Amino acid sequence: MRISMRKSKWAVLGFGTLSLLTLTQCFTDKQNEGQRLYVANCQSCHMEDGTGLRGLIPPLAGADYLQKNRQQLPCLIRHGAEGPMVVNGKEYNREMPGAERLAPDEITNLLNYMQTNFGNSNQRYTMQEVTLLLEPCPPHQQ
Amino acid sequence: MSNLNNKVCFLRKVFVGASLALSVGMLGGCSDSATDAEGRTLPILGERETVEREANGQTVVDTVYHQVPDFAFTDQDSQQVTQQTVAGKIYVTDFFFTSCPSICPKMKSQMLRVYEEYKDNPDVLLLSHSIDPEHDTVAVLKDFAERLGVTAAKWHFLTGEKDRIYDMANNYLVAAQEDGQADGGFTHGGHFILVDGHRRIRGVYDGTEETSVNQLIQDIPLLLNENKHAKK
Ligand code: HEC
Repeated sequence: MRISMRKSKWAVLGFGTLSLLTLTQCFTDKQNEGQRLYVANCQSCHMEDGTGLRGLIPPLAGADYLQKNRQQLPCLIRHGAEGPMVVNGKEYNREMPGAERLAPDEITNLLNYMQTNFGNSNQRYTMQEVTLLLEPCPPHQQ
Repeated sequence: MSNLNNKVCFLRKVFVGASLALSVGMLGGCSDSATDAEGRTLPILGERETVEREANGQTVVDTVYHQVPDFAFTDQDSQQVTQQTVAGKIYVTDFFFTSCPSICPKMKSQMLRVYEEYKDNPDVLLLSHSIDPEHDTVAVLKDFAERLGVTAAKWHFLTGEKDRIYDMANNYLVAAQEDGQADGGFTHGGHFILVDGHRRIRGVYDGTEETSVNQLIQDIPLLLNENKHAKK
């Protein structure tokens, strides 16, 4: 009886450590995935360091837009943008293509990467939040 | 949008093809070149021919280098840009389009470095050709240049007849393809081409790579020197 108790204690402890490990693993993977998605989909325009390109492409680094329009960002990424837009007091007006094929979890990782890199330390998103925010903008038929 | 994506793919494919062809061209080796004070040289790239002629009763062999042909395009200020614009100057040229979402922003950020470096030198010009001239009208190019912060007349964003622009792209490319692999019909993607005062191609750089563009920025003075000597 005692022995089996002890066993299960070990089991719980072991399980706990294991899930903790997978959890951190998971976090680093997500960070990596966010970065991977950024490189694949966004870096060509917004640049490696998120500084954009002069008056053509707005910066992500230190951009007030990311905080002011937090709720709109999931749809902006999915559908892209066009028309005038003000970032850090400067007007931009060029087309950004949508990343229509990205799934909600990918968009979440991408957003969190953007919000916490390039010198940004903004609030993160949960996937539930992003899924909800994506509801008004279903992907276009491709 | 799908149209845009097609063009992106096209540009990427071409980029790989061009890199291959260019590296082969470079390996082909070109020994005729000018030397600077430190003995560093820039090769003359492209096909060459030898022409025999009679001089003082003797046969002399001249080497004729590939020269970029005459051209006439319109820039963001509605000015005509022709071979006369670049006469006696050196220039860096590339091909892009304003709505390009792939490598062009990176290229433009790198070309900006060259622009900043030689902004005040009237002997260096930059020519960026749009391969989508129907969309990239003078007005579109004007807006593009302004947003890029380009004010000096040094950097010409060019539009014109589509066929002529693609012809020119081939010309800048063929010159680097000494291998004879020149299956035309494609323009190059991310390359910056350095052209001397005789409209000969003297360098090919990867406009998406900072280190390659560093090399270009270092090579330009060699040609400027050469030009100076030639003028004396
Ligand atoms: C073709 C170039 C291009 C690509 C690729 C691109 N963007 Fe953009 N992005 C732009 C432009 C241009 C704007 C400004 C749009 C406007 O003027 O309406 C913009 C605006 C933004 C904004 C809001 C303004 C700011 O800078 O804070 C965010 C956020 C953003 N992009 C994120 C992304 C993300 C994430 C990706 C990758 C999924 C991406 N962009 C891919 C060109 C691009």
